[in-house]
Amino acid sequence: MNNIRVAFGGVHAVDDVSVDLFPGEVVALVGGNGAGKTTLIKTLSGAHKADSGQITIDGQDVTIDNPRDAKALGIETIYQTLALAENIDAAGNMFLGRELRSRWGTLDDAAMESETRKVMTRLNPNFQNFKVPVSSLSGGQRQSIAIAKSVYYNARIIIMDEPTAALGPAETAQVGELIKQLKAEGIGIFLISHDIHDVFDLADRICVVLQGKLVGTVNKDDVTMDDVLGMIIIGKLPSDVTETEREQLHG
Amino acid sequence: MTDQPDTSAADAAAEATDPPSRTEKGPRSFGSLFRSAEIDTRLLGMIGALIVIWIAFNIMSGGTFLTARNLWNLTVQTSVVAIMATGMVLVIVTRNIDLSVGSVLAAVGMAMALLQAEILPDIFGIGHPMVWIVSLAAGIAMGAAIGGLQGVIIAYVGVPSFIVTLGGLLVWRGVAWWMASGRTIAPMDATFQIFGGGSRGTIGGTWTWIIGIAACIGIVVLLVTRRRQRIKFGFQPRPVWAEIALGVVACGVVIGAVAVINSYPMPERLAMQYAEENGIAWPEGGLSIPLGLAAPVLVAIVVTIVMQFVATRTRYGRYVYAIGGNPEAANLAGIKSRWTIVKTFMLLGVLISIASAVQIARLNAATSGMGQLAELYVIAAAVIGGTSLAGGVGTIPGAVLGALVMQSLVSGMVLMGVEAPLQDVVVGIVLIAAVALDSFYQRKAV
Repeated sequence: MNNIRVAFGGVHAVDDVSVDLFPGEVVALVGGNGAGKTTLIKTLSGAHKADSGQITIDGQDVTIDNPRDAKALGIETIYQTLALAENIDAAGNMFLGRELRSRWGTLDDAAMESETRKVMTRLNPNFQNFKVPVSSLSGGQRQSIAIAKSVYYNARIIIMDEPTAALGPAETAQVGELIKQLKAEGIGIFLISHDIHDVFDLADRICVVLQGKLVGTVNKDDVTMDDVLGMIIIGKLPSDVTETEREQLHG
Repeated sequence: MTDQPDTSAADAAAEATDPPSRTEKGPRSFGSLFRSAEIDTRLLGMIGALIVIWIAFNIMSGGTFLTARNLWNLTVQTSVVAIMATGMVLVIVTRNIDLSVGSVLAAVGMAMALLQAEILPDIFGIGHPMVWIVSLAAGIAMGAAIGGLQGVIIAYVGVPSFIVTLGGLLVWRGVAWWMASGRTIAPMDATFQIFGGGSRGTIGGTWTWIIGIAACIGIVVLLVTRRRQRIKFGFQPRPVWAEIALGVVACGVVIGAVAVINSYPMPERLAMQYAEENGIAWPEGGLSIPLGLAAPVLVAIVVTIVMQFVATRTRYGRYVYAIGGNPEAANLAGIKSRWTIVKTFMLLGVLISIASAVQIARLNAATSGMGQLAELYVIAAAVIGGTSLAGGVGTIPGAVLGALVMQSLVSGMVLMGVEAPLQDVVVGIVLIAAVALDSFYQRKAV
């Protein structure tokens, strides 16, 4: 993604940000509230159109005008809100917008349920509630549906917006395992997170944004958690931070 | 060796199904009994309420409610509201509302009446088949266009549906008046009148039985294919006793309904005419010829089946529910929400046109004042039938049952000589009570 700009009215939510993602790599996007992480990622998932800038996949310039375009390019997104239709069951949500249909063009619910069961045995073998609306499921179960949705379609790029925010420790560990598994399959992952420990556990590179502008992208192994916190708050690369700023940061 | 693949397939199927403990315990309460049979308990509750209302009115009216004549009339009176309620469900499910129903019914009805009474006979000649075909087609096109126009303003311009259709309520009522300066237009084309279920608008006893038996075959085929499908994918099918019980009950209801309808004979004068036309000698004591299903009821049944199919078996239907459940999720899933909403209003517009055709055919006339308050009855039917105004929840059979419950109340009170204002009071209270009861059970269920 190069020189992406998104403005709402006069506010530049994302201002000239560029970031790369390679196959089998996890890039964490971090920054304070309102830094523009989610907006940036929504230009990739098709939920927002970028006002300017260019998205390039495998050396090809692509245009992403809506979520359908993104999905056609192999970009799947797991939103912070999970984006599930609460009144519809697991299979209905997994195939929402891409329903399997029978010979007569009608919905093939049995086939969709069967596929959903296959994916879920891989992700969450305990999951059994295939017939009930998603609204009556627990947070972890909904999360696994949202993840199953993105895994099923052989995505090349998966965007995860706060994937563990609503989860308990065991479920968070499960998501961590899953991310490693997806990485091993050569899928590139954008991870948005507030949890700096999660970021250091899972990410290969860390991209920091502040007030819509890119602070910098660093290799996880080259920096400490303190360095990254400094980038998030002060908005400068570790090498540019002055001694006084460093002292202020530590109170 | 030949057994080998079979066993492994069976093992895989066993693994995929739910743990056996659930089925071994067996049903303990009525609730779990119905759950294991996978029957919608809410729908069952409504049927129960309907039976209670019928029996109560029958006792209070001294046995005149549950007569073939009254039940036959009840089905005819319910059809107009039921036809429109099936479309209203989908509109409400998408978190919208349509208040213009009654006015659109009048405007479309006036247009169809004018076409067949004053315009088309001059072109084709009185009684030409093109007269009723063209006026019906034009009415349906007009209903779709009005629904589409209101839908576009709602979905693309972003004006709330309450406002757009409130405006529509005034606009289309005015249009209905303006089309004929408030005159009453009559009579309707002779063939068109069949839609109203009048003297020629019934299908007779034999055809009613044929339809009833076809419905029973349909029910059995549906149950068998569902079961085969579930077994094919290795899911736990319903217990066999539940399948059989369900089939027997459903077919029993159909056959019972046919028997009741067919026990309502033609009025003597009509029967005499019929006997004369068919060269049957008029016996001592008269002839008992069943009227059979009335055309409006047949139309309502077909509409219900088609709408149930649309709502549950098509992509469009799935999207309607997804938009109602979580509009943001629907958009992010790549659903064209706006266009889906426009289609929903167009669909309701078409159904209003069909209801309007039935209405003017029944009255054999169109007036600019017809259909007043129809929107409220249609919304009430949908809501009594379990449709949530918050969106995302509602079923087609529920709305049809809701219409039947409401019409049963009105019809029962008429039989008992209750004055019209008091009838409104009762229907209003029942509407509120139905929703209150529903939200009470919803809270308990969580």
